[in-house]
Amino acid sequence: MAPQLAITLVFFYWPAGQALYQSMLRQDPFGLRTKFVWFANFRKVLADPAYLNSIQVTVVFSLATAIVAMGVALLLAVMAEKAVRGKGLYRTLLIWPYAVAPAIAGMLWLFLFNPSIGSLAYLLRSLGIAWDPLLNGTHAMILLVSAAAWKQISYNFLFFVAGLQAVPKTLIEAAAMDGAGETKRFWTIVFPLLAPTTFFLLVVNTVYALFDTFGIVHAVTGGGPGKATETLVYKVYNDGFVNLILGDSAAQSVILMAIVIALTAIQFRYVERKVHYG
Amino acid sequence: MATVDLKEVKKVYPSGVEAVKGVSIAIPDKELCVLVGPSGCGKSTLLRMIAGLETISAGTVAIDGKVVNAIGPTERDIAMVFQNYALYPHMKVYDNMAYGLRNRGTPKDEIDSRVRSTAKVLELSALLDRRPRELSGGQRQRVAMGRAIVRNPKVFLFDEPLSNLDAKLRGQMRVEIKNLQRALGVTSVYVTHDQLEAMTLADILVVMNAGLVEQTGAPLDIYEKPASIFVASFIGAPPMNLLALTGSSSGPILADGTAIGFAPPETPAVTLGFRPEDADVTFNAEALPGALVLPATVEAVEPVGAESFLHCAAAGSRIIVRVSGRATAKPGDQLRVVAKAEKLHWFDQAGKRVD
Ligand SMILES: Nc1ncnc2c1ncn2[C@@H]1O[C@H](COP(=O)(O)OP(=O)(O)OP(=O)(O)O)[C@@H](O)[C@H]1O
Ligand SMILES: [Mg+2]
Repeated sequence: MAPQLAITLVFFYWPAGQALYQSMLRQDPFGLRTKFVWFANFRKVLADPAYLNSIQVTVVFSLATAIVAMGVALLLAVMAEKAVRGKGLYRTLLIWPYAVAPAIAGMLWLFLFNPSIGSLAYLLRSLGIAWDPLLNGTHAMILLVSAAAWKQISYNFLFFVAGLQAVPKTLIEAAAMDGAGETKRFWTIVFPLLAPTTFFLLVVNTVYALFDTFGIVHAVTGGGPGKATETLVYKVYNDGFVNLILGDSAAQSVILMAIVIALTAIQFRYVERKVHYG
Repeated sequence: MATVDLKEVKKVYPSGVEAVKGVSIAIPDKELCVLVGPSGCGKSTLLRMIAGLETISAGTVAIDGKVVNAIGPTERDIAMVFQNYALYPHMKVYDNMAYGLRNRGTPKDEIDSRVRSTAKVLELSALLDRRPRELSGGQRQRVAMGRAIVRNPKVFLFDEPLSNLDAKLRGQMRVEIKNLQRALGVTSVYVTHDQLEAMTLADILVVMNAGLVEQTGAPLDIYEKPASIFVASFIGAPPMNLLALTGSSSGPILADGTAIGFAPPETPAVTLGFRPEDADVTFNAEALPGALVLPATVEAVEPVGAESFLHCAAAGSRIIVRVSGRATAKPGDQLRVVAKAEKLHWFDQAGKRVD
């Protein structure tokens, strides 16, 4: 048997099968007896207000992270394109954050914005903003989005720089001669032509925010205050490893798996077969 | 309606390349000026400076008497047809054409009527809902033209607009561009390296070489009186035959010792030229006073249909003679090439014309 297949079986299908099996079991509080309950765990999870809250938190967090990470990256890429001197340095500096581990990135932001010791938190307070991510859910979310987006900006930046370079210069010149000013040219010519890149990054960033931000959530807010920043992935961990409700946790991870598969399908369907102009 | 005046225009690229080294051209209102020259001579650079896409290193560009050096491409009211057409790939043909008008705040119904009437002129009406990638090369070319025309700009610029088309279509579009330009009466600058296009389109022909103007004038004047060896060999296909001269006690003779047989111009010339159609061939041996007579061997015959080109070895070089209809000569024939004295062109040491 091909070794790739063996590896896939051992590290993907077997755990996935286990999760699926687990998601249909229910254990008594002492873990002594286990019962096969079919889809009862799914019904329970989907009816749980805490889970619905978590879905909402995840949607807000993922969209905000994707939009912030992409927006800032695009802005930086446009500026890098226009930079006459120091282009290389500028790019190198912007690539570094990508090399930082998520948990470290989270700690970095946590320190900067910690209400008692954070220097930026101090700055915010001196500007008259009652900054308190430890008690205020919205502030916690903002902090989390910033930390998660910051990590992803480098990656997006690289793709946007490449995308911008692929926009033919003559199109921009033609638009200039057609009387379009710089801003107009950007929104009517450059931005539409970046659509394939933007769409690709939207999928990548959403997947990142959904599944790859556990470390950041864990380091920055731990899902709190209350459940204000408890994302789906974080809730799987919380319910399974902290609260030890294995059946629910497994059901949640099966739902997550379905979401990943759906997103991957979208990615293959639309992104691989890139939109081609010309 | 505008005049375009270039005065001592220069361009030095940041890399240090001096692409245009001081060019002055005056284009009267409604005329079509063609810039022609070999690849890399600075034609596109010059055109882009008129467009405002390239900064002007020295000299001035004036439109309608107003210097526009400091005015950006957005405000110059010039339309350009690019070699690769530069159509907006994400917009339909209609929007491609309407884009410039929208940017200038033209009312919606006026845009619509102008786009539709221009599309009609260019036979694009049926294609207005297509995207550029759904068009053939010729159709894209038309859309690019339409996008320029619909705006009714002061000046049209064309950078080798036909070079991506096949020969037949190129011929059609050439005539069409000329007719449109004349009908619209818009001052135009047209860049090409195809001398046939240059000859047929130009009101004013500018022959460029290495960043400088070699000659400016009406196409036929340039054809009949090329100012330099460069122009003589660049304009006309096949090119002018050129023969080197050396001095002797009895005046200049051809390099292989053949006498010229009549008095050369007073200014010393080192090169003599004649066009393929200004020469003839004869198998007879009679004396022909007042003409250049070269014993020659036919090397190849190229029948084109209405005419034939004889490639001959004569006076130590290869020359081409055009004869009308079917040629009687065959490769290997010995004959004499005859060119009338008044049809000869003389050039001095520096390659300049002498009369
Ligand atoms: N952006 C640039 N930077 C530096 N040098 C350039 C640039 N664009 C053109 N050149 C140089 O300037 C010279 C003139 O180029 P230009 O494009 O004007 O030639 P051209 O006459 O249009 O030639 P072609 O017929 O091949 O289009 C060339 O030597 C070219 O290498
Ligand atoms: Mg060119």
